[in-house]
Amino acid sequence: MTNNRKFIFMVACLLIFLCGTYAFSQEPTTIPPTNVTAKDTPNDDGSSITITWDAAPDDSGITGYKVLRNTDAGEFEEIGSQLKPTATQYKDSDIEKGKTHAYILRAITADAVSDSQQTDAVRATSQWFHTGKTQLFIAMLLLSAAILGSIYLSRGNQNVFVRRIPGLEAVDEAIGRATEMGRSILYVLGLGGVSGPATIASMTILGQVARRTADYETTLRVPCNDPIVLNVVREMVKASYLDEGRPDAYSEEDIFFLTDSQFAYAAGVDGMMLREKPAAIFLQGTFYAESLILAETGNSIGAIQIAGTDSEHQLPFLITACDYTLIGEELYAASAYLSKEPMQLGSLRGQDWGKVLIFLTIVSGVLLELFGVNWITTFLQRVS
Amino acid sequence: MKRQIPLILCFLFGVVMLFTQFSPHSFSQGIYKEVLNWARIITTFALIFSTITLIQTHVTRIQRQTEHWRYSFIVFIGIAIMVLIGIPFGPQHPWFEWLFNNVQLPMDATMFSLLAFFIASAAYRAFRARNVEASLLLITAVIVMLGNVPIGDLFWNTLVSLTPLDDSVVNGSSWMKQWILDNPNLSARRGIILGVSLGVISQSIRIILGIERSYLGGGD
Repeated sequence: MTNNRKFIFMVACLLIFLCGTYAFSQEPTTIPPTNVTAKDTPNDDGSSITITWDAAPDDSGITGYKVLRNTDAGEFEEIGSQLKPTATQYKDSDIEKGKTHAYILRAITADAVSDSQQTDAVRATSQWFHTGKTQLFIAMLLLSAAILGSIYLSRGNQNVFVRRIPGLEAVDEAIGRATEMGRSILYVLGLGGVSGPATIASMTILGQVARRTADYETTLRVPCNDPIVLNVVREMVKASYLDEGRPDAYSEEDIFFLTDSQFAYAAGVDGMMLREKPAAIFLQGTFYAESLILAETGNSIGAIQIAGTDSEHQLPFLITACDYTLIGEELYAASAYLSKEPMQLGSLRGQDWGKVLIFLTIVSGVLLELFGVNWITTFLQRVS
Repeated sequence: MKRQIPLILCFLFGVVMLFTQFSPHSFSQGIYKEVLNWARIITTFALIFSTITLIQTHVTRIQRQTEHWRYSFIVFIGIAIMVLIGIPFGPQHPWFEWLFNNVQLPMDATMFSLLAFFIASAAYRAFRARNVEASLLLITAVIVMLGNVPIGDLFWNTLVSLTPLDDSVVNGSSWMKQWILDNPNLSARRGIILGVSLGVISQSIRIILGIERSYLGGGD
């Protein structure tokens, strides 16, 4: 190797060494998270604190974040798992109630970490009212006021007009038909639990039906799919028979638990329909996919069928396959309609006032939107 | 008193549970969770009671030898097998899972599949064009059904290609279906939902205030 070449080779090695030394001597820099704040989470039971921060720039190289927390000015400790680099919020739901907590947000890159400034110490508190539900609360108050006012005005008024509901007018016809034919009545409460409004409405109709079957001495069969519903229904029907002075006609065996499985229940009820051929079938309550299986089987045996549900997806099936169907609110009106009590009927009139209120709100909202005023629209969006 | 105590309890629990829906405070949420726990405890006991009534029903059927009484033995065999495997070994045991996956699920699926035949028979009755309303229903149903299958758009596009219409009217079948679902159908559904909501509020007020008390068994 010539001297020149040796010299060039040595200079190149020196340059490579110097560059490498410089590169390794540099500390990797990571921008710490900015605007990190910790606040008591609003509208909760005082069990969480929410930490927010600004989003990191796309080229920051941050691969994730870790949250560090101290309690009552103690040592900082890492909490939770690593957050995604796109995260800008963390809800700490594992705090000690009554104590203050401060936070540090740690940004993590491939080869370094960078901590934010410590946030102010925060103590989580419970709120008595959920401010996010204010609109819903106002809407509930207005509608309840309409119904309560109507109930109050209807006290003692024996002439409260309620439009005719064919499905409920047919209840006596169905029971009478079963009595004349000497066959049973099958009452299906659907798949809802005892806390379901439709199941409660259905049970109130059952109470009225039981009074009539007690009078006519017609067999009333009630297969249940919920254990609590079974017990409530037994007590209700028993009390109805007692009220009518026919405790001897009550048969506990006719109200029984079938199964809590949806399609096994449908199969069981279908089997009863085909074997016992009841003259009247009531399908009242919450129904899902089994609604048409039950209604079509009932239709095939020629029974008079009165259905009622608030499951709007099942209504077309029941309307098609049953003789009468209580649509949505008619199911809830049934008890008032059958009992003819003025105060109960007044509540139905209150529902109509509620509808007027909703109608006026919609019309006002549309008119105001035409003029660019959108506070009603915003209000309704928050209600929903 | 037999009626008044349940009515007072109903009023108190109704008001308190309504309050818990609007108050996130730890006190109100504590009450809410406590009541839910009570419900779970009641459900457990009610389930035991219900199982006993189920057994009683089938024992009675066997004793009286009513129609198809022999099938009641299958109920007892089913209960015995699931209890003998489920209680000692738990629901994650392979035998229990095998029975669930190979007995219960296929039977459920069989019942569910019957729905296809029932839909066909119900649709036949509903879509008979006996009057104006039924004819409208029939036309709407045909549009929605065609819009739900690829052949609907294929049929539509073939028809359009035979006319001087431009490409802006392609896939009209699925567009019409979506329009029907998004406008008249959704409007009707929302109307029903509004009525149901008012009905639920009305019923709740009647029950909480003790105006509606037939759930207690009828008269006063």
